[in-house]
Amino acid sequence: MNNIAFLRVLRRCLPVLALMIILVPTFSIQPRTLSYFGLNLLLNLAIPLVFATLAQMFIIAVNDLDLSIGAFVSLAACITVRVIPESAVLGVCALLMAIVAYSLMGALIHIRNLPSIVVTLGMSFVWLGFSILILPRPGGNAPDWLQTAANYQPPIVPLPIIVAAAIGLIVHFGLMRSSYGTILRGTGGNARAIARAGWSILSAKMITYGLAGLFGVLSGLILAGITTSADANLADRYTLLSIAAVILGGGDFVGGRVSPTGAVLGAITMTLAGSFLSFVKVSTDWQIGAQGIILIIVLAGRVITIRGEK
Amino acid sequence: MTRVLTWLRDQPWIWSFLGALTVWLVIVLAHTQGGGATLTMTLNFSVFFVIVGIGQMLVITTGPGNIDLSIPATMALGGAIAMKVMNGMESGIPVGLLYALLTGVAIGVFNFGLIWLLRIPPIIATLSSNFIVLSVAISYGRGLRVKPPEAFSDFTVAHILGLPIMALVAILLAIGMAAVLARTIYGRSVTAIGQNTKAARLAGIKVNRTRLITYAISAALSALAGALLAGFSGGSALDLGAEYLMGSISVVVLGGTSVAGGKSNVPGIWGAAMFLYLLVAMLNTFGIGMGLRLVLTGICIVAVITIGGGEKNR
Repeated sequence: MNNIAFLRVLRRCLPVLALMIILVPTFSIQPRTLSYFGLNLLLNLAIPLVFATLAQMFIIAVNDLDLSIGAFVSLAACITVRVIPESAVLGVCALLMAIVAYSLMGALIHIRNLPSIVVTLGMSFVWLGFSILILPRPGGNAPDWLQTAANYQPPIVPLPIIVAAAIGLIVHFGLMRSSYGTILRGTGGNARAIARAGWSILSAKMITYGLAGLFGVLSGLILAGITTSADANLADRYTLLSIAAVILGGGDFVGGRVSPTGAVLGAITMTLAGSFLSFVKVSTDWQIGAQGIILIIVLAGRVITIRGEK
Repeated sequence: MTRVLTWLRDQPWIWSFLGALTVWLVIVLAHTQGGGATLTMTLNFSVFFVIVGIGQMLVITTGPGNIDLSIPATMALGGAIAMKVMNGMESGIPVGLLYALLTGVAIGVFNFGLIWLLRIPPIIATLSSNFIVLSVAISYGRGLRVKPPEAFSDFTVAHILGLPIMALVAILLAIGMAAVLARTIYGRSVTAIGQNTKAARLAGIKVNRTRLITYAISAALSALAGALLAGFSGGSALDLGAEYLMGSISVVVLGGTSVAGGKSNVPGIWGAAMFLYLLVAMLNTFGIGMGLRLVLTGICIVAVITIGGGEKNR
């Protein structure tokens, strides 16, 4: 019994361990990264992925999978750099409409009992198409206030760390500690039981997908603020990276078992893996492959804990 | 007559064929292109989606969560190896294809090793191995611009009575695979595992061996499709298989295979592959821009799956 409790704790700690595996060698090879500006540069691009990962995590919490989040984040970024500078009202309306569309996608999936993989796959073409219609060529210009906000430098602790910690805690308390958060996760665990208890699965799915849409839009806004311009394929990689980050953070594909804090750490680990590889001078040919190997090594750690629990 | 209609309505593949037929009729009625020529082109391009789709279908049928995301890199590596081994010489064609197939089998075994030995969820395992295989393809194919042997290129575009030879081969492959699924121990095992893995194991089915074979077949078919595509498009490229990641999943599911596993459908893959190609062709001939074309393609995919219905019981 004690043994199982220990393995549970170990499983919870895995995301932290994974981050350390990447972070410690990075610091020892490039001590300069262990400074205010170093950390800022290192972690800046992790923040949009953190938000995309949390969006993916909401979907995974209700047993679905979102293959469109990357295209959706790109769309939000395209709207941000193209529409908002011309008309803020129109831009905000477009972003709100995108969130509503996401929520309706959840409703459609639930009402017709459709496989989420296929619906989101189809919708990824729709988001990409709209991105190209809005921004046919790479370019645009993020509004000044957004660029200022994205580059804001608070005293002592770099902005990415503050944002990551804050959003991780907010989602943790919202999803893991609140009563409605339990209903949402219960939808992934046993939807029938939740329905029998008198809750509407339809509303739960619509809220989950709406939240995912909201976080996708936030991810796009921040990404546009950092990169200042956008293109229709800007965040393509986020789809697969976000899935990997959720699992790396201790989530399961079924049963509503997710961890918001783990997902945040997972997203940071995935981003750092890229810069870590360039620090240790892996040849560019093998950088993608090494990212795959890192993913395998870290996830292999789960073997011990999962086998133990069974 | 009504009995036939009822029977047809209950076939999961009917929707993808109806979709393909509708789009084809629109193209023919709009007089933008001859009906026969359109059909030939459709068959030619659908072949690759069908070959890759059959492998993906087997993997998806083995149960929820099983999916092969290593297809794009496997196609790229298969194409690169085939082209390099053939080295532009006709005598190298069989050896080149064999090497591509063996590479695919090796990748499939590696995939299942990750899933089985390290207990990594298949989505993440095949995603990681896609990264690794892509790196292998990059370093292997560095500066590689080998043209396919002429005979091989000719084969990929050759016709008999207006029908592409490759399409005939792919039709035979589909028929063969349907027979394997319905009649052999391996095929029945795949379906059984997809419906209830625990029950299948208790019934004495060798679950791990069946899954190993399935991942190996999927990767081998991807590598083969990569080699054929390299011959078809005049050489291999790293992004050879890029559109087949999402494409293979689309054709499998639009074709009536259940994402939850345990229910496969081979003819549906043909219908879905032709539907997707014709859809893009139709929007192209109407001179619709790329953005709007993608939006309409996406809406059509969602519409087909909505009308065709999802899982009836869960």
